[in-house]
Amino acid sequence: MSNPDKTGAAQSGPAAPEAPEAPLSGLVPGEVAEAGSAAPSAFLEVRDLRVHFPTDDGLVKSVDGLSFQLEKGRTLGIVGESGSGKSVTSLGIMGLHTAGQYGRRKARISGEVWLDGKELLTADPDEVRRLGGRYMAMIFQDPLSALHPYYTIGRQIVEAYRVHHDVDKKTARKRAVEMLDRVGIPQPDKRVDSYPHEFSGGMRQRAMIAMSLVNNPELLIADEPTTALDVTVQAQILDLIRDLQKEFGSAVIVITHDLGVVAELADDILVMYGGRCVERGPAEKVFYEPQHPYTWGLLGSMPRIDRDQTERLIPVKGSPPSLINIPDGCAFNPRCPYADVPDGDRTRTVRPELRPVGERHFSACHMAQEERTRIWTEEIAPKL
Amino acid sequence: MSDARAVSENVKIPEQSSPPEPPDALLKVEGLVKHFPIRKGLLRRETGAVQAVDGLTFDVRPGETLGVVGESGCGKSTMGRLITRLLEPTGGKIEFQGHDITHLGVGAMRPLRRDVQMIFQDPYSSLNPRHTIGTIVSAPFRLQGITPEGGVKKEVQQLLELVGLNPEHYNRYPHEFSGGQRQRIGIARALALKPKLVVADEPVSALDVSIQAQVVNLLDDLQDELGLTYVIIAHDLSVIRHVSDRIAVMYLGKIVELADRASLYESPMHPYTKALLSAVPIPDPRRRGVRSERILLTGDVPSPISPPSGCRFHTRCWKATELCKEQEPPLIALAAGRQVACHHPENAADQAPGDPAPASAGEAAGSAPGPSGEAAGSAPESEGGAGK
Amino acid sequence: MRGARTAAGPRTVLAYVIRRLFAVAMMLMVVTLTTFVIFFVLPKWAGSDPAYLFAGKQTDPAAIEGIRQKLGLADPVLVQFWNFVQGLFVGREYANGADVTNCPAPCFGYSFRTEQDVWPQLTEAIPVTLSLAAGACLLWVVGGVAAGVVSALRRGTLWDRTAMTVALAGVSLPIYFTGLLSLAVFSYQLDWISGEYAPLEEDFAQWFQTLVLPWITLAFLYAAMYARLTRATMLEIMGEDYIRTARAKGLTERVVIGRHAMRSTWTPVLTLLGLDLGALLGGAVLTESTYNLPGLGRLAIESISAKDLPVILGVTLFAALFICIANLLVDLLYAVVDPRVRIG
Repeated sequence: MSNPDKTGAAQSGPAAPEAPEAPLSGLVPGEVAEAGSAAPSAFLEVRDLRVHFPTDDGLVKSVDGLSFQLEKGRTLGIVGESGSGKSVTSLGIMGLHTAGQYGRRKARISGEVWLDGKELLTADPDEVRRLGGRYMAMIFQDPLSALHPYYTIGRQIVEAYRVHHDVDKKTARKRAVEMLDRVGIPQPDKRVDSYPHEFSGGMRQRAMIAMSLVNNPELLIADEPTTALDVTVQAQILDLIRDLQKEFGSAVIVITHDLGVVAELADDILVMYGGRCVERGPAEKVFYEPQHPYTWGLLGSMPRIDRDQTERLIPVKGSPPSLINIPDGCAFNPRCPYADVPDGDRTRTVRPELRPVGERHFSACHMAQEERTRIWTEEIAPKL
Repeated sequence: MSDARAVSENVKIPEQSSPPEPPDALLKVEGLVKHFPIRKGLLRRETGAVQAVDGLTFDVRPGETLGVVGESGCGKSTMGRLITRLLEPTGGKIEFQGHDITHLGVGAMRPLRRDVQMIFQDPYSSLNPRHTIGTIVSAPFRLQGITPEGGVKKEVQQLLELVGLNPEHYNRYPHEFSGGQRQRIGIARALALKPKLVVADEPVSALDVSIQAQVVNLLDDLQDELGLTYVIIAHDLSVIRHVSDRIAVMYLGKIVELADRASLYESPMHPYTKALLSAVPIPDPRRRGVRSERILLTGDVPSPISPPSGCRFHTRCWKATELCKEQEPPLIALAAGRQVACHHPENAADQAPGDPAPASAGEAAGSAPGPSGEAAGSAPESEGGAGK
Repeated sequence: MRGARTAAGPRTVLAYVIRRLFAVAMMLMVVTLTTFVIFFVLPKWAGSDPAYLFAGKQTDPAAIEGIRQKLGLADPVLVQFWNFVQGLFVGREYANGADVTNCPAPCFGYSFRTEQDVWPQLTEAIPVTLSLAAGACLLWVVGGVAAGVVSALRRGTLWDRTAMTVALAGVSLPIYFTGLLSLAVFSYQLDWISGEYAPLEEDFAQWFQTLVLPWITLAFLYAAMYARLTRATMLEIMGEDYIRTARAKGLTERVVIGRHAMRSTWTPVLTLLGLDLGALLGGAVLTESTYNLPGLGRLAIESISAKDLPVILGVTLFAALFICIANLLVDLLYAVVDPRVRIG
């Protein structure tokens, strides 16, 4: 590889924020984010994030140029199907992309992640580590595998607290009991000494949330927080997350494939496809005036609980792309029913950029906005 | 039950034709029970049982889709394995086309396997990775010793085409296909022998939303085309609403409500059904503020090893009374086409109006035999409108 | 199953242990019977007479008849077996008229060849084997696990490849090669080590000196296996979700590995360790022979070459006992290490 791997650079380079280095090879020119080295005003700002994993079969471009902002007290929902890069995004922000799922070679990460005025990708890894758990925390999908099976719940929460607070074990334990109580675990002073396997699925997820929130983080990333849970328990957990956000005022990113969960929690929605953002905007806009054919596909594929719908679903044809061979041009073009609408061969050759289509509403599609609005209102919406 | 066994051993299942009398139900299930024993102690005595399925009675009518919903541990998957006779029932009776198949052995079931097929949840583990698609889909022909007209290969290719796969992929292996395509392979295999009844256990829950819709539509088309009868087991209430004609709601091994789709979703009668439906997040941000309808059940489903006395839902039910703790409500028809097992149903007349006032929440929880430990202190109450 | 989690109380554990001990007793019974049949019944079918074997070089028919009488070899097999089992618990007497040999409990038999009871021979050999096994075990666990952990964390580096190549060699090279090589170098060439084995309590220096080489040789063989096992386990665990959680908490890599990953790595290592130790206590045949250590393994070899049936039977029984006990201990230990494992 001719270009230095950004992770390596981050480890040896100066801690001060700096302009991103030359982009990785194989990027489409013009896709380089505007070289914004200035600290942004948003609480969290991600600029042109790329997370690529070298494998024997080729470069897996899990996240390929993602940008968004998030303010404190607001919730961003990242929606996508498996392999869309939504989980890798969160790991990239948290600095956890070293996870060994793609074998022995290190992930290549580039772009900028600004948290409260601090750039994380070029910062000293040790400093980023200290931010982890304290300023940004994560809730994972499967609490049974995300909690250590050999340690008690209490011990794991105490550990999370004591990394960042210089307190004795007794104080930390008191704090752990307090947090378990706050997330609604009955008899927290007893359950604090239970092992994860002694909890039910819902209780485990509550414990996981208690552990994430023990340091009052300002950014909480919840990766499929309710996917492994039953629907009645899911309702409890969604409620809990919402209440806790109000109480703590943190910024929350919810990553999910479930449009229902997103509609419940998110203020803004970011739709990912093939490692890229295809549409981003306020929740209501994305649900009621979606501006990308993939978003239409998601909405059309989804059976509705709130309607007696005897019509057939409108699925998206084909399967999601391989992240090694992301189609040229628009990643969605092989599955898009409107790929031939724009003139010429643009959908297959030119990667569409994310362009504003309304207030805080962006979409990456070659079709003219009027055309999209027409298709949505006349062809798609009536069938949903 | 011993009678049933004796009969079933003597009855020879005729070749898919002329049942003694044409039954109005394709599948008839009566008092179906499955307990998995638990052994403990020095002598490994049977100390209890997981009451996975505990007395189910329902019919499946020809050509309909019966949806079965419930949370994990409610026994819906066990039920699926019982009616396809992959498991031996502990008690009760299963009749298929008028024949008692409750205790048929593997050999006696073989001719019936043509008519009853199953589709599994996980498209990754339910296909043998070392076999080609052709081998997998043609397996039922080999097992039944059938040579279809035009040869096995041609028939398999037609099946592949029927489920929307490229027939030229006959010689490929499962790992060359995506999850959705694998589920199609599983469906092709299930349909090979032109079954009458297909039991699908979570057929789409492992799939992505856009693929899920493809498979749901495929199941729909196949039903129209081949006149199939489905029993679809799923935890996703939206999917169930979309695919089912009638729906059975299960809780802790029992059916609590059995009704046609429209009435179940529009006016659920069992409190559990109501809570379950209200818990589903609605994909509509404008309705987020409208949370007054939501009923938040507290706590978890109790253990099926020692389920609560009386009505099994009483430990989490906001309408529970003393009667509910003591007496199990029978599954009875409260309206046309609606069976409900509740003393104090919603959207219908109270079945026990003279009952003492609802037990206080604390009391209900305190006396609840909640072996899970979490049931204790989980005061069941409606939290509608809470958390504003 | 949700809700089915009554913690394993002391009574449950006791019931479990009793059940397992009962199984161990049954197992030993079967082993005894099998060994007994192999040594006392099969030779008869094959046309040879155990009495001849016991008699060794004596061919005087009267003497052989005397041995047959004394050892009860003329009795039906079941009677012989019963007498043997009885001897284990209450001792027995071997008598041929006035010639009486008393064998106190636990009587594992009477070696006619050495004119000794078997039991004292066994008890004399055990401390040697125990010293060998314990010392080697300490070395290989420390060395093997450490090498495995480092290899896993530096996966694909020169260190990893070197360590794994050495480990492969360690697994592949037999003791009689590495052992003889080490003897040739350290004992014959450099003359660092000399003399016979001496018990620990008598002469520590001599004990230590004669055991160092066997320890290292034996440990090398096992360390290789443990390094490979540890590496594989560690690699798997580093990909677990709870390791990601530990990192997300902001823990240093040292704590993530030392506290979170290592804790899980121990489980399979302990399992293997229990079984290996059990097997090794039954006699490290090759090592003991190579280094001339008077342990159970050498006793076994010597008795086999001398066709000393009672001793072979005794060593076999002992080895079986160690393996059974080790298995039971491993299962109990498993429940201590992993809170998810419930006994009962």
